[in-house]
Amino acid sequence: MALIQIRNLSKSFDDNHVLREVNLDIEKGSTVVILGKSGMGKSVLLKIIVGLIRPDSGSVLIDDREVAGMKRKELNDLRRTMGYLFQGAALYDSMSVRENLAFPLVRQEKLNEEELEERVLNQLRLVGLQDAIEKMPSELSGGMKKRIGLARALIANPRIMLYDEPTTGLDPITSREISYLIKNLQERYQPTSIAVTHDMQCARIIADTAAILHDGTLDQQGTIDVLERSQDDTVRSFFATQ
Amino acid sequence: MNRDVRSGVARRLSPFHFIASFLERAGSLTVFSARFFPNVLVPPYEFGEVRRHLDELGSRSLPLAGITGFIVGLIIAMQTRPTLFRFGADSFLPAMVAISFVRELGPVITALIVAGRVSSGIGAELGSMRVTEQIDAMEVSGIDPYKFLVVTRVLACVILQPLLTAIVNAVGLFGSYVAVALESSMSWRLYWDSVVQSLTFADLVPGLAKTAIFGFIIGIVGCYQGFTAEGGTVGVGKASTTSVVVSSMLIIFVDMILVKLTVVIWP
Repeated sequence: MALIQIRNLSKSFDDNHVLREVNLDIEKGSTVVILGKSGMGKSVLLKIIVGLIRPDSGSVLIDDREVAGMKRKELNDLRRTMGYLFQGAALYDSMSVRENLAFPLVRQEKLNEEELEERVLNQLRLVGLQDAIEKMPSELSGGMKKRIGLARALIANPRIMLYDEPTTGLDPITSREISYLIKNLQERYQPTSIAVTHDMQCARIIADTAAILHDGTLDQQGTIDVLERSQDDTVRSFFATQ
Repeated sequence: MNRDVRSGVARRLSPFHFIASFLERAGSLTVFSARFFPNVLVPPYEFGEVRRHLDELGSRSLPLAGITGFIVGLIIAMQTRPTLFRFGADSFLPAMVAISFVRELGPVITALIVAGRVSSGIGAELGSMRVTEQIDAMEVSGIDPYKFLVVTRVLACVILQPLLTAIVNAVGLFGSYVAVALESSMSWRLYWDSVVQSLTFADLVPGLAKTAIFGFIIGIVGCYQGFTAEGGTVGVGKASTTSVVVSSMLIIFVDMILVKLTVVIWP
């Protein structure tokens, strides 16, 4: 049985129907990339999965438990097993890089100061930014913020990772570096992952399978190669623009 | 302007929509405020954050509140002395200034200054965290942002407000003595003895107790506006200014009720 099951999920904002009867199964350890144009509701889908937004109808099941029906404590326990890389990295701007990375650990695990420092440094080494430990987020470039955001999302060794537009706003070279970094970290930690993006280069590097979100529906699913060969007009038009 | 836009604007400007929107916000603020009380009692406690906010908010407000208190004390003495002098009652000046400062002016002036300085700052800071998804990031890491961001700030305001008010009262009384000393030969000792003798329990305790309630209003309104901010930088600006307006109005309204209560309890 799939670790994450999305069933008949619908969500509207006023008259804007963002998601219509979306269905998707994500197997344990796999990486699914959801492709789609900007403003199509990809980020909304991720936020529903993590319980930040309630769906109008349908359900998200993780380990066969419905996310929307969970009590706060149960939801927090589930969230501690998940990592989330936000579009703008969402680093806490009143905290240094060290404090950003230590923030979830201090509150979730009983570590002494040396162990905490070691975990933070190890994580920064993985993303190649150990020298930035004392910096504040305002001193970091866009690419560095993404790396630190990635390090923070993965520091508690999550079993589920959600990536919201991991390469948006970055130049092509940095985008490629971030995509390979995600791929390497995926292989190292092997979480079940969902990434939403409109960056085909990123999708080709990190995806096991992909799905295209168009007009609120998620009809076209398969590997990137299969989707590229699809005769469907929507899929073809999407690949043609990349 | 097309018909849909016109009807949308008309709907927003209608009195019914205004009242409905006001009641919705008031209800939402009440629910948001009520969450504070169970959360402040239940561990984990973020003492480090409370201490940090006390440092930050206190140092941000003290100079302005102190200077304002001094000037207001000075002005009250300068304005009222000629009238009291005309009736041969200028010896009552220290008592009059002390009672009006400790009962009313000190708490309200301090609260309004802190509302302008701190509530707007909290609204802007949390609003910025909201629109840049930092609050969402905290939530998805399994940490309750209400407990970490709201409880710590509101608690700091509740602790800080009585301390600041006590300082403003003292500085204001000193300011009024400066005005008295410039116009007469009254010594500091005589002035201070008159102040101390004129104040009773019924002046001191309600005066300081209500400042804790003002502190709660300042903190919770700023946090609420920040937490519910939306729409990018415009939303952050709106959260900041609305924090000042709403907290100032609430302070004056609640003060009116508390004054009436105090008069009933200590006639």
